[in-house]
Amino acid sequence: MSDLTDLYQQVILDHNRRPRNRGKLPTANRVARGENPTCGDQCSVYVRLDGDRIAEITFDGSGCAISQASASLMTTQLKGRTAAEAEELFKTFHHIVTSGEAPEEISDIAAFAGVHAFPARIKCATLGWHAALNALHGDPAPVHTE
Amino acid sequence: MATDWTRLRDQFPTLLQQVNGKPLVYLDSAATTQKPITVLESLRKFYVDDNANVHRGIHALSMRATDAYEAARQRAARFINAADPAEIIFTRGTTESINLVAASWCSANLKKGDVVLITEMEHHSNLVPWQLAVARSGATLKYVPVVGGDAEGGLDMDALDRLLTPEVKLFAFTHVSNTLGVVNPVAELCARAKKVGALTLVDAAQSIGHIPVDVGALGCDFLAFSGHKMAGPTGIGVLYGRKALLDAMPPWQAGGGMISMVDFFETSWKPSPERFEAGTPNVADAVALAVAMDFVDSVGREAIDAHDRALSAHAMDALADIPGIRILGPRRGQPRSGLVSFALKDAHAHDVVTFADQDGIALRGGHHCNQPLMKKLGLASTSRASFYLYNSKDEIDRLAASLRRIVKFFSGE
Repeated sequence: MSDLTDLYQQVILDHNRRPRNRGKLPTANRVARGENPTCGDQCSVYVRLDGDRIAEITFDGSGCAISQASASLMTTQLKGRTAAEAEELFKTFHHIVTSGEAPEEISDIAAFAGVHAFPARIKCATLGWHAALNALHGDPAPVHTE
Repeated sequence: MATDWTRLRDQFPTLLQQVNGKPLVYLDSAATTQKPITVLESLRKFYVDDNANVHRGIHALSMRATDAYEAARQRAARFINAADPAEIIFTRGTTESINLVAASWCSANLKKGDVVLITEMEHHSNLVPWQLAVARSGATLKYVPVVGGDAEGGLDMDALDRLLTPEVKLFAFTHVSNTLGVVNPVAELCARAKKVGALTLVDAAQSIGHIPVDVGALGCDFLAFSGHKMAGPTGIGVLYGRKALLDAMPPWQAGGGMISMVDFFETSWKPSPERFEAGTPNVADAVALAVAMDFVDSVGREAIDAHDRALSAHAMDALADIPGIRILGPRRGQPRSGLVSFALKDAHAHDVVTFADQDGIALRGGHHCNQPLMKKLGLASTSRASFYLYNSKDEIDRLAASLRRIVKFFSGE
């Protein structure tokens, strides 16, 4: 089971069992929804942008442990950042889940490095991120990952 | 004579491998079955020895290919007890067979005020084509509901009586549900439809390789199935239709092989089945499908059905006390086809399928092309284990052990 504990690191299991910032955000001024039609996973991200800065961010939806933990962890990482910083962090995250390599200074989201060995699950890990970026771009159309 | 299931399994080379270091346990036959060596051999032999285009050929290879193709049609007619081989149209599979009826029969017969009746347990391929057909014609689509919070009661037969009005022109339903494992009473459904003058279409994708299918005894007007779910190749399937109906239906695709005479502005059609087989048909796969039919009948569909049901009953016992499991379809002890789909409280279907795969077990996770039904049951996805003649109770025990580890892993207990 070593492969599986690589995929389902403790921090992922923890976020799956006790998601952070879960629920609608009444004060949100940006919302976007991500869905994965082939598996039925869905994730909505609510953002209150204060100028260019993410003052608050929450998510809700349903899906597998990877998609839900990823969205949860993402909200903890994006709060307080600017939209441009969020874009940069997503690039790093995407690199981590597709290559399995994490830069040294990155801690929590490096837990998703194990996903790269399970290519079918990369779309699960990126679902919440795609929704968040769409929210930041002000694009209300649902984003599909497949 | 008792069937030697282990020896039968040895005829499926795909199964003789390890996945992630464990012997493969293939529990995804409702999606597609594995193929016996005779079917694989048939594909090779056709392309090596007999490959040519069919019909209109006068040379030796073309005659051989034509004979083999038409013999496959006769074999398929015998397989479902059709009265006439001309009632067998080769298609790409169940989906194309249903689309053929939805395009051809509906365009000639469906009008505003008419009703197409289907059921809530239909696969998208027996649902979306009718949505399109009623949108084109102005007819209405109606659904026979399923009974129970887990759809354990099958179709609502009282509602069916209310829904079967003279406006219903076509009643299309599945023989065996790919999500629930429900086996519908096809003969009774056809008889009730007939009373109001509705035609019937049976989606036999999940039943064809598993239980005896006799179109005469069932009393259906159309029946659709795929080769790849009955030990045959992908890309080949059958639409059965009563000859009189088929000959009155317009073509749905046009091209070579289906015309009687072409003038610059007018063309006349050949009768069924050629009318519905435009272009070069899938000869090699049709021939291999006939070999798959020989294989299935050599085992016997009654025997396969009994084997499937025994595996299902074993699975219902083995999975019953897994913490947080919710099993869809018939309850323990009730009749069920060879599949079990379930949701776990602590683990999402995709996590279950990834985890089981690490144990060498092939499951399917998702909505099983049954989104409206899943929505009604309040589920986004389930995991499904489906069985065929090569599966054993030992494999189901391996599944149960794997599921216990999954629950433990995700619940953290």
